[in-house]
Amino acid sequence: MPVYPQVLFKNRKPDRVATLDEYRESGGYEAVEKFIGGGIAHKEVIRLVGESGLLGRGGAGFPTGMKWAAVPDSSPFPRYLVANCDEMEPGTFKDRVLLHVDPHCVIEGMILAGYSFSASKAFFFVRPSYESGALILERELENARRAGFLGNRILGTDFCFDIVVHRSGGRYICGEASALLNAIMGKRPNPVKPPPYPTEKGLWEKPTVVNNVETLANIPHILRNGPQWFKTLSATPHGTGTKIYGISGKVSRPGAVELPIGTRLSEIIEQHCGGMAPGSKFKACLPGGASTRFLTGEHYDIPMDFEDLKKIGNRLGTAAIMVFDQNTCLVGATLNLLEFFARESCGWCTPCREGLPYMRELLRRIENGEGKEEYIPNLRLLCKEVWNSYCALAPGAAEPVVSLLDFFEDEVRQHISEKGCPFHAKADH
Amino acid sequence: MLPDELKNKLRKMIAGAESPREKAIDVMFEIQELQGWMSDEAMVEAAELLGMTPLQLEELATFYDYIYRSPVGKYVIKVCDSTVCWLEGHQRVVDYICSRLGIPLGGTTADGLFTLLPVCCIGYCDRAPAMVINKRVFGELTTEKIDRVLAQLAQTADFSGWE
Repeated sequence: MPVYPQVLFKNRKPDRVATLDEYRESGGYEAVEKFIGGGIAHKEVIRLVGESGLLGRGGAGFPTGMKWAAVPDSSPFPRYLVANCDEMEPGTFKDRVLLHVDPHCVIEGMILAGYSFSASKAFFFVRPSYESGALILERELENARRAGFLGNRILGTDFCFDIVVHRSGGRYICGEASALLNAIMGKRPNPVKPPPYPTEKGLWEKPTVVNNVETLANIPHILRNGPQWFKTLSATPHGTGTKIYGISGKVSRPGAVELPIGTRLSEIIEQHCGGMAPGSKFKACLPGGASTRFLTGEHYDIPMDFEDLKKIGNRLGTAAIMVFDQNTCLVGATLNLLEFFARESCGWCTPCREGLPYMRELLRRIENGEGKEEYIPNLRLLCKEVWNSYCALAPGAAEPVVSLLDFFEDEVRQHISEKGCPFHAKADH
Repeated sequence: MLPDELKNKLRKMIAGAESPREKAIDVMFEIQELQGWMSDEAMVEAAELLGMTPLQLEELATFYDYIYRSPVGKYVIKVCDSTVCWLEGHQRVVDYICSRLGIPLGGTTADGLFTLLPVCCIGYCDRAPAMVINKRVFGELTTEKIDRVLAQLAQTADFSGWE
């Protein structure tokens, strides 16, 4: 098995969370000491992160430096940072693992991010099923405060910054940035269409930056080792950094692994997950969570990076790779995905609220042997119509459906012509 | 109706927030910790503490998966039914728990100990099939493991010793 530099998982232990001392021994909080303690200008932090080419790890892949720079110099105070640990995209669990591996890496990243645009308070937004992670973080925040890295006048400077853990009541839509801000303010978490962008008017109308947990965890390493070093971590010339891939489904060893971004899918499955599960052959995978397209055997060797997946009309998303084998009914899998999206729609706008249950119903009929030929063009039409919704939930839901029809139309037609699911007898579900 | 001790604790929590409403979920979680669910009376009192109308709080209470507006068992078992758990046999897990507890999905046992509900992806796809019981997650479920967890909860009402 090829071994690569571990950055975010450097302090990974088989059975416990890394301590503050262990994090510091590995170079932790040096970036806070150098940049905040040393009084280096905020703009320099943004410049270095921008130069590193770090793209947001939450799914959209927006350049992190650019997002921070979008907070106008003249904008009012207080300014807020939000760490998005909602992580409710099916298949995605990398941030949970990261939190259980090295929480201070996330905390230091938040402090530096806050420093970059002069925030004074951060919210760590976390879903209910990650309560164990929330408790770890609260404990370690207290340790960071005691060590002088957090709170009033950090390291004796004028910079004051603290982090609170905000517990969610549990809904997928809360991971969408504008809905997330409504959730924190105690309002019904409907998405809001920009402008204004949260970097101008976010929490309580004040500038707010929302970053993914893994994105934030990269910051201390970039600032300590420099943007050039970060670029060399990638497996491709265009990529930057490492990536935590979360692999699940029909592989021998599901789990989260840190690899150079752009590592080939074949290598990830065969070398780092022990290959396919016994008796399983690769049929397809969703490469980046539920709102990406099925990726077929044709692209089994693809470099798993933002750009390479974009080239084939797919997305890296959250790099949550869900692997399906020859016994998986992809109509059934897509029906399950639509079940999720239809249930998790916040109901605010019509294309999503009405469109997704309609798609689910058509898929359900096809799966149950009540499908008709005309359902195929109907589904295609709905996949287009749902783009008229407020946020990315419904267009995301359409992705697996579009790719089911593009790559597995025969399988769909077989359900219709045979009036039933051809996998039903042999599958274990 | 809410005990004074709890009310004082909630007031303190709310005082530390940027705005009172920010603590709406925390307040409801604390109340549920004590009485299991959000009754109409609790909704009115919680809303008052938060500076909201009961209707504004209702908008949140009915929106979230982990806030209950009807009575639930002491332990709320939520079995993940999203993609990877579906692939790894979540239906068998649901069927087994239903038959073992003698309740349908959505039901509560007569002794008031367990409620069974479905839940969407809980972020433990690497340990599918998985379930969450009162914010505590149990993965790689087998019938033996389910038996052990339920037996321990029924006897000792204690989570200790689990992941």
